[in-house]
Amino acid sequence: MVIFSNLRHLRKNFDTVYHSNLSTSWGILFSDKRGKIRPMKLNLALAQINTRLGDVESNLVKHLEYIEQAKAEKTDLLVFPELSLTGYVLQDLVASAAHKPTEDDPIFKHLLKASHDLDLVIGFVDEDSRHRFYIASAYLSGGKAIHVHHKVYLPTYGLFDEGRFFAWGDSVRAFDTRFGRMGMLICEDFWHASPPYLLWLDGADIMLFSSASPGRGLNDKEKLESARWVERVTKAYASMFTSFVAHANRVGYEDGLHFWGGATAFDPNGEELAHGPYNEEAITYTQLDLNQLRRTRARLPLLRDERTALTRNELNRILARD
Amino acid sequence: MINPDLTINTDLAREILTGFVRSEITRVGMSRAIINLSGGLDSALSCALAVAALGAENVMALRLPYRTSSADSLEHAQLVIDQFKVQSETIDISAMVDPLIERDSTISSVRKGNIMARVRMIVLYDQSEVFKALPVGTSNKTEILLGYSTMYGDSASAMNPIGDLYKTQVRQLARAMNIPAPIIDKAPSADLWEGQTDEKELGFTYDEVDKLLYLLIDQRYSPQEAIEAGFNESFVKAVTARVRRNQFKRMQPPIAKVSNRTIGYDFLYLRDWGT
Repeated sequence: MVIFSNLRHLRKNFDTVYHSNLSTSWGILFSDKRGKIRPMKLNLALAQINTRLGDVESNLVKHLEYIEQAKAEKTDLLVFPELSLTGYVLQDLVASAAHKPTEDDPIFKHLLKASHDLDLVIGFVDEDSRHRFYIASAYLSGGKAIHVHHKVYLPTYGLFDEGRFFAWGDSVRAFDTRFGRMGMLICEDFWHASPPYLLWLDGADIMLFSSASPGRGLNDKEKLESARWVERVTKAYASMFTSFVAHANRVGYEDGLHFWGGATAFDPNGEELAHGPYNEEAITYTQLDLNQLRRTRARLPLLRDERTALTRNELNRILARD
Repeated sequence: MINPDLTINTDLAREILTGFVRSEITRVGMSRAIINLSGGLDSALSCALAVAALGAENVMALRLPYRTSSADSLEHAQLVIDQFKVQSETIDISAMVDPLIERDSTISSVRKGNIMARVRMIVLYDQSEVFKALPVGTSNKTEILLGYSTMYGDSASAMNPIGDLYKTQVRQLARAMNIPAPIIDKAPSADLWEGQTDEKELGFTYDEVDKLLYLLIDQRYSPQEAIEAGFNESFVKAVTARVRRNQFKRMQPPIAKVSNRTIGYDFLYLRDWGT
């Protein structure tokens, strides 16, 4: 605790970001704030599922089936795609598809119960107390929703119309889990560079991305342009932020839109750990060796050297220009 | 001269498009497709995709000749039926078309062609009920953009797997899916009257217009940028005007809004709602 508050002090005064998870001290790196020993390995599973549009009950059944499969493989954390409980092009179905990640919710009570056995990331429509609807991801663990992320970038251009139907999230926060500090982003969130950057500075060592990415850009290449773009930036974030980055994308069709799947996980060196198939339902399993964070960052101290005060100063100047 | 490359990865196209046909048919509890096989390239490709998606036993191909249709059309449709081993029916539409045509001795060939296309649609939808199948569309992106089709005729379908492929891309995928060579090699024709070919009627070739459309539509070139890229000015203007003029063929008819919630404006659901 003493060391932790010292680090906070350092953060305030120096042009460098520190976080308790990132100290070079072994003791701090591998234990949480209460001193519990944290696992060194995380068995991660990425579920690329098809969904029924607006039919939350039947999508729940599929989630529970995948959870059973993942449990049998000793999975620690199972990540579902964006809007995995509802389907993607909801339009006027938004209100009827909304749920709350609480015990008294008829859908989430089953998922919260399952989260005693393994951690879960669930994609859903969240409704706040004032009836604003968000595209959301909930991280469930030990029977609780320990973090909910509301999508902060709603694409409303080209084939997308999210801003018409959903409220914009207004925070990007990392959160502590039993495996270390993580962050979640949803699709367009990571098409922008700032949300992953903020998560990095907020202490996330594992970034969990989820998408319902419609395939587009067929040409002579092996993959669709949209798939190549997402894989390129996902790998880049892992490399630039010397962090684990995992991406779960759904499959299936909604009218003429096709979702391409292709789940991926990258290690802090930017090396690919796993790659799911395209265009079919699958669970992709991989193991994150959390010690790799230390090895990579000992070699490549990008986080140590990140000049956040410089960024802040320049941002302040840029924002004050008008 | 900018010479865009419209080459597609045919394996990937095949995978996505067969998945689409399978999804759109099975999600409504059906298992079969029906296709009007004209003897041309587009319907041959749609048929091949339906077979890849559902199996030959679940695909019905209709041959619907009119008495002036070319013998080649019937034969080429038969080549596809034999190649892919689909079920087939041949129904001569002359007895349905002629009474309408004979009502007006001054009838134009365009009107005759539209009547034939719409009668074929009626037979397609009627047989879809008999075969318990959904009609698969056969219009490619080039003809949809140019409006080179009959509304409620050849453009009518329950789903269209090839509507985002330009004609030259249809040809690539057709080759990859082993469509019989005579069909790939012949001049595209609606075969609504003798000697008709698409390119003669349109006044340009598919190779030319596909490259231009690709720049204008897919790459968002302005007409002026397309001219600067080396395309003939009058060609660019004619094609641009044609795309705009035919927007009506690509849309549901607009509904006049008077209520608070109107189909098409603020009653918004995908067709795949609940499936």
